[in-house]
Amino acid sequence: MNKFTKRLLPFCSLIFIISLWTFLEPDTFFTRQNFENVLTRSATNGIMAAGMTYVIIAGGIDLSVGSMLAMCGMIGSVSMLAMSGASWEQISSGQNIPLSTTVMIGGTLVSILAGAFCGFVNGKLITKLRLAPFIVTLGTMSIFRGVSYLMNNGKPFAVSDYEWLDIGRIAMIPSSVVFLFLVLVAAGFMLKFTPFGRYTYAIGSNVETAFHAGVGVNKVQVAIYTLTGAFVGLAAMITTSRASTSQPTAGMGLELDIIAAVIIGGCSPSGGKGTMVGTIVGTFLISFLRNGLTISGLSADVQLIVIGAIIVLAVAADQVATKRQS
Amino acid sequence: MENITGQLRMEQISKSFGPVQALQNVTFCAKPGTVHALCGENGAGKSTLMKILAGVHTPDSGNIYIDDQQKTFTNPKHALDSGISMLYQELDLAEDLTVYENIYLGKEIQSSIPFLINRDAEIKNTADLCNKYGFTINPNSTIRDLSVGDCQIVELLKALIHKAKIIIMDEPTSSLPEAEAQRLFKIVRQLCDRGMTIIYISHRMEEVMSLADEISVLRDGEIVTTVNAKDIDVDTVVKHMVGRELKDFYPARESNPGEILFEADNLATEEGIHDISFNVRRGEVVGMAGLVGSGRTEVARAIFGIEPLVKGSLKISGQSINIKHPRDAIEHRIALLTEDRKRTGLCTNLPCSWNMTLSNYNEIGMKYLLNFNKENQLCQKFGQKVSVKWLSSQSLANSLSGGNQQKLLLGRWLMADSEFIIFDEPTRGIDVGAKKEVYLLLNELVNQGKAILIISSELPELFGVTDRILVIRRGRMVGDFVTKQTTPEHVMHLAAVENANE
Repeated sequence: MNKFTKRLLPFCSLIFIISLWTFLEPDTFFTRQNFENVLTRSATNGIMAAGMTYVIIAGGIDLSVGSMLAMCGMIGSVSMLAMSGASWEQISSGQNIPLSTTVMIGGTLVSILAGAFCGFVNGKLITKLRLAPFIVTLGTMSIFRGVSYLMNNGKPFAVSDYEWLDIGRIAMIPSSVVFLFLVLVAAGFMLKFTPFGRYTYAIGSNVETAFHAGVGVNKVQVAIYTLTGAFVGLAAMITTSRASTSQPTAGMGLELDIIAAVIIGGCSPSGGKGTMVGTIVGTFLISFLRNGLTISGLSADVQLIVIGAIIVLAVAADQVATKRQS
Repeated sequence: MENITGQLRMEQISKSFGPVQALQNVTFCAKPGTVHALCGENGAGKSTLMKILAGVHTPDSGNIYIDDQQKTFTNPKHALDSGISMLYQELDLAEDLTVYENIYLGKEIQSSIPFLINRDAEIKNTADLCNKYGFTINPNSTIRDLSVGDCQIVELLKALIHKAKIIIMDEPTSSLPEAEAQRLFKIVRQLCDRGMTIIYISHRMEEVMSLADEISVLRDGEIVTTVNAKDIDVDTVVKHMVGRELKDFYPARESNPGEILFEADNLATEEGIHDISFNVRRGEVVGMAGLVGSGRTEVARAIFGIEPLVKGSLKISGQSINIKHPRDAIEHRIALLTEDRKRTGLCTNLPCSWNMTLSNYNEIGMKYLLNFNKENQLCQKFGQKVSVKWLSSQSLANSLSGGNQQKLLLGRWLMADSEFIIFDEPTRGIDVGAKKEVYLLLNELVNQGKAILIISSELPELFGVTDRILVIRRGRMVGDFVTKQTTPEHVMHLAAVENANE
């Protein structure tokens, strides 16, 4: 497998999956409605995967994104409700409270900031304590989930007015898809055209070398996790908007889909390799696959098995290709 | 295993790695009950010769005889079966296992119940062996809790369990404190008294002289001499080791140093170096000599902000500077070409151009945004300056040869407009032709008024290219000479021999 075919492999797989289900379920799969559905569902995953791309290219991993999504959603919602002047009784009992636009924008920003802060904490723990990203984010994954449950004793916060990120449109295009597009373009641009992007690759390729070359390795790593957190904060509000509530159980196991999308898109789990275009393709591949399996009537349990197998396959393909090259 | 006495004869051994002739017709004999020291500079071929004996390398030609029987070793197990055991410089033990588990690793004693290990027998055998040789090591200790010296004894026990007759020790004292080294010498003598053949590689002359019965000196892949230790003194051994002619291999250069560019005053790090003071002038090449582990590299790391200084100060052109991170050093126009290009120099799976500009985005006006065209032009320009050969600047760095990788890195630092450049072992692992090119580049840099510090284990190299030589031993400066006014023998003597008078 040469470099070129390796790059094309995820894209071809995506085409294959779309063609397969177009053939299998032409009436339900290959419709405008379904495609729009898949795209909007991809928005949250894609926005998170944009951050995860940086994390994985820099040789790290962030397992906490799923829990962070739930916690940021809870924080964003509760701050909207609080800003509207609702009492804790009204908030915790899930009463319908009208929200103004200002409050909704404010809550969204709070969620993004909360995510950035969570990512910042991940990054600081990893660089200051010199702990493995896997361990740190495994820990914070549990912590964020716990906090989410504690915030309202395991119950959701209701924000039924907050729906623009779900149903709103900008020039006919669903607003969440527009945000996905903006995030991917910005993140992709930064990865390719700025020193920050180069530092990300250098750290993942050889952290010692990067340090010896004068790269502020710790700062860049903290920035990467913070950025990922901010993206999770945005994704959290899209999820909240879609459900009209923020659930403490949101994003359970979502890290699997995100990491899978990034790896399938060609990022090497050992760092130093990957592109944002690959991540987009990987995200759509997972979304279409899940959508197709659902339409064909296969349960979420079966989907887990299929996605797990695909991760292993993608990594194996990467290893084989790397070995061939050397 | 057969009963052997440990009489060893290696005849007419030759070995080359690619274009490099590592050993040429080397004949080497060692007798049972003696310690045979093998001396020579780095790269003289000592390790290669011993690795051939231990079955790690196979010779291109030549024969090995044990007790006059010809042997062919194609892997370490063959050598082990013939009673040959090598103790490497870097210890090779499983840190979390116990002493006896390490000793029996891969050759566990089976218990009468299938799939189980007879721990009691293993522990008992280990304890018996310790008693026999008077080692005070608990078979149940975990390796992690042992001192380096004790770990070496565990390695030795491994060899003894194999009933090794010929034991090769490669620089066993390089990381040992004095007391543990003394204990090791006693053990070596004891093994020898029990009729074993010990082959001992060391750079430390005083220990070679006190320990060895016979001494062989290797230089450039050939045996220069083999003598009785009684009949030779340190100076003669050193002379044999470095006695190479300084051919016109090193390109000539006019030396006219300018003003002082870099000053280090009383540098000290947590552990490693103490009271290091020196200066380097513009247009001057200063060499730093010392054994591996003497603290040479630590000096470079401290200057470059990799290891924090606990004491001392640095100056550039008379101005005090504060360096806490390599970034600070680069901003003060200091560059470090590290000795391990793969580990600390290059991102080998990224393009050459990325590697070249990695340190310099501020310097080339791309602080916030990259400009691919300009980047490529700069890489072409600096690539030509250092005459690096690549398919294109977009090729991956690992597609280059060692010499070209070194040039690529030099290109990086020229792009950063570095004034004071530290080379740590600049010619290690690159072939002769590329070496010469590196020296020519070095001369060019000096002629442009840059100041250069070059750390090297190869004395001929230091004598061939430097104006001054600093000598480091055990983290301290023990010499600062004008190159022309000293000799390789003197420098080697200072670097390798403890002297009570100092």
